[in-house]
Amino acid sequence: MSLWKQKRIMSKAVGLAALALSAAVGTSASAEEAKTQYFPLATFRVGAYASSGIPVWAGEIDYFRYINEVEGGINGIKLVWDECETNWEVEKGVECYERVKAGKNGSPVPIFLPHGDPISKALTEKSVADKIPLVTIAYGRTEAIDGRVFPYSFPVVFSFWSEASSAVNFIAEKVGGKDKLKGLKIATVYHDSPYGKETQVPLAHLAKTYGFEDIQIPVPHPGNEQSAQWAKIRQLKPDWVFLRGWGVMTPVAIKTAAKVGFPVDHIIGGIWSGSEEDVRPAGAVGKGYLAVTPFPAGANFEIHQKLKKYILDKGLSDLKDPKSFGSVYYNSGVDEAIVAVEAIRTAQAHFGVRPINGEEAQWGLEHLDLSEKRLAEIGATGLQQPLKLSAKDHEGGGAGKVLQWDGEKWNVVSNGWVKSDRDLLLPLIYERAAAYAREKGITPRDATN
Amino acid sequence: MVLLAALAGIPLVANDYWLNAVLIPFLIMSLTALGLNLLMGYAGQASLGSGGFMSVGAYATYNLLLRLPELPLPVSLLLGGIISGLVGVVAGLPSLRIKGFYLVASTLATQFLLEWLFNQYGWFSNYSTSSSISAPRLAFLGHDLSSPAGRYLLTLATVVVVTAVAARLVRSQTGRTWMAIRDMDTAASVIGIPVSAGKLKAFFVSSLVIGIAGALWAFAYLGTVDARSFNLDRSFQVMFAIIIGGMGSVRGNFLGAAFMIFVPILLDHLGGGVFGGAVDPGQLENFQKALFGALIVWFLIKEPRGLAALLSRAWTRLASRINR
Repeated sequence: MSLWKQKRIMSKAVGLAALALSAAVGTSASAEEAKTQYFPLATFRVGAYASSGIPVWAGEIDYFRYINEVEGGINGIKLVWDECETNWEVEKGVECYERVKAGKNGSPVPIFLPHGDPISKALTEKSVADKIPLVTIAYGRTEAIDGRVFPYSFPVVFSFWSEASSAVNFIAEKVGGKDKLKGLKIATVYHDSPYGKETQVPLAHLAKTYGFEDIQIPVPHPGNEQSAQWAKIRQLKPDWVFLRGWGVMTPVAIKTAAKVGFPVDHIIGGIWSGSEEDVRPAGAVGKGYLAVTPFPAGANFEIHQKLKKYILDKGLSDLKDPKSFGSVYYNSGVDEAIVAVEAIRTAQAHFGVRPINGEEAQWGLEHLDLSEKRLAEIGATGLQQPLKLSAKDHEGGGAGKVLQWDGEKWNVVSNGWVKSDRDLLLPLIYERAAAYAREKGITPRDATN
Repeated sequence: MVLLAALAGIPLVANDYWLNAVLIPFLIMSLTALGLNLLMGYAGQASLGSGGFMSVGAYATYNLLLRLPELPLPVSLLLGGIISGLVGVVAGLPSLRIKGFYLVASTLATQFLLEWLFNQYGWFSNYSTSSSISAPRLAFLGHDLSSPAGRYLLTLATVVVVTAVAARLVRSQTGRTWMAIRDMDTAASVIGIPVSAGKLKAFFVSSLVIGIAGALWAFAYLGTVDARSFNLDRSFQVMFAIIIGGMGSVRGNFLGAAFMIFVPILLDHLGGGVFGGAVDPGQLENFQKALFGALIVWFLIKEPRGLAALLSRAWTRLASRINR
């Protein structure tokens, strides 16, 4: 068969699929009331990581419903959202982003939450072209803190570098000051992936500054067998272990540590090793395990009382399992929703009370100022740290709380928010951002606008 | 010719969604399937290393674009493909002694080794913090190709050229050698066909094509990738595409890739349109997955030789009815 014929057949198939697809798209659009703010959600309710995803959307959707039901929207502009399933896969994530980016029924997309480190990386440049800010709380490219080079990427609140530095500073808090770090051995057991390696550079730098010994031990994906790694730990005898896992790796690490006799209260989990879903499967040996997180668990924050009264008790919650109310992942969803809503509010104050587009939301994010006072008004004191963003600083906070597992629930054991050494690390981050700009031929924005 | 013009004209009518999320991945998946089909469908050497060869192509092209910026884009793409082809020859050496499932196991090792290599050594990703690579500016003859339309045309042009070359190749002496090896390698060697050289040539050409597809996947489709984008799941996806589309058929690759890329998206849109809001989104997602699996099984029962055979059978039947 000739190439020409093949092409013809192929194009027929394409045409047929196109027809079917466009018919499907057509039916999904229904009339919505005017003056609403569209907010698409990229979710992963199926796939390997679904168990950690489901409570996140619950927290997010519950807060959106609270804003709509109780506060009547953001200054009267109600939020509407729909879901697009990514399976936590890059290709599906890109497809979802392309599907929703044009907005819905005339309402533009203010912010896109990629929910997946690789997805956020694949969208870095596309989001600049489309002028839609990506908000990636506690994941995403660390260099994107430099908004002059990455105008539409917002790794707000807590980057991986801040995570590492906060963990080290918590150890300092425990041993009685940063000068006591000298001579300590801190081993990082990490998921051997780009995500897992993100903290190598900052830890090496911190080790040089404070004089502790930095040991790096990789665990291959998925991490369901770690005898070799923990045998090495037993041999090297580190004082502390910093555990940067993902998925099944965390409970296996806790169990294996118990087997080799490493004290569980000297293991500090990272952000993605610090949820109920991570430690519960480890069973009794998980009691005493620590974790550093920007999303402190707990259902006693003021906002939780309101959510319980107006959303959960009225049966409006998206939560399937009421036990997850106030869990780390649920609270991360609430946190993320607060940041998004407040950024839209900030943009509205500048551009007018109406649905906000991506470019305006980018301005709103860069001028976001979540002060203690504002957090108290929202009812998020203690849940969310004060956050002030600018073009030069897309992270803002950079502090985490350290939680300890008591066998039933997490308790905060650090002295409030543990700040990271951002002054020490920011120059390195800016250097990396500048290198990226050179490689890509980007002229950094003027930060004064 | 008219059709080529129509395909090239698509960017004028299609929006970003169609280009970025549907057509570009479809074209690249077709190209990858073509690469594997040359090896598996024509030369009969089963391989699960496609993801690995894609990553070699992507990382090699990235380094060429980065370190030798004066090379034009097509040359970098081709050189990246050639590097991937050479890695393919090395990976294909075991095929001289083993075959069938044993060969699958050895290509599986290649897949894991390559994934580990690019994750482990920072040099390949220019010491990026996350060992991910992202495309330097895509430009050719002064035209910026970084817009969705530009990336689509780059992909289309590459796929057309490579497909044309491959379609000629399988009808040449080389293609006949491959098919002889596939059908019975002992008989082939008895009648004087150079079996070893034929096998290695198949590995070279196949990995070259897959490598080019990998570079396009990284730069024309996603923009930024790391080694995990080319993991074992990708290798399986490519293999399923050729099994569904039809082994030993050039157009089968396009059909198989279309099935793998379009059907899940179509199901998703249909599911959202029909049940959106009424059914729990998680359940709906799981149902779509099950339905996709059922469709694959159904198609393979209907026609074990793939969609290409199904289509040509339907075509013959239709033609005979018209002629009657």
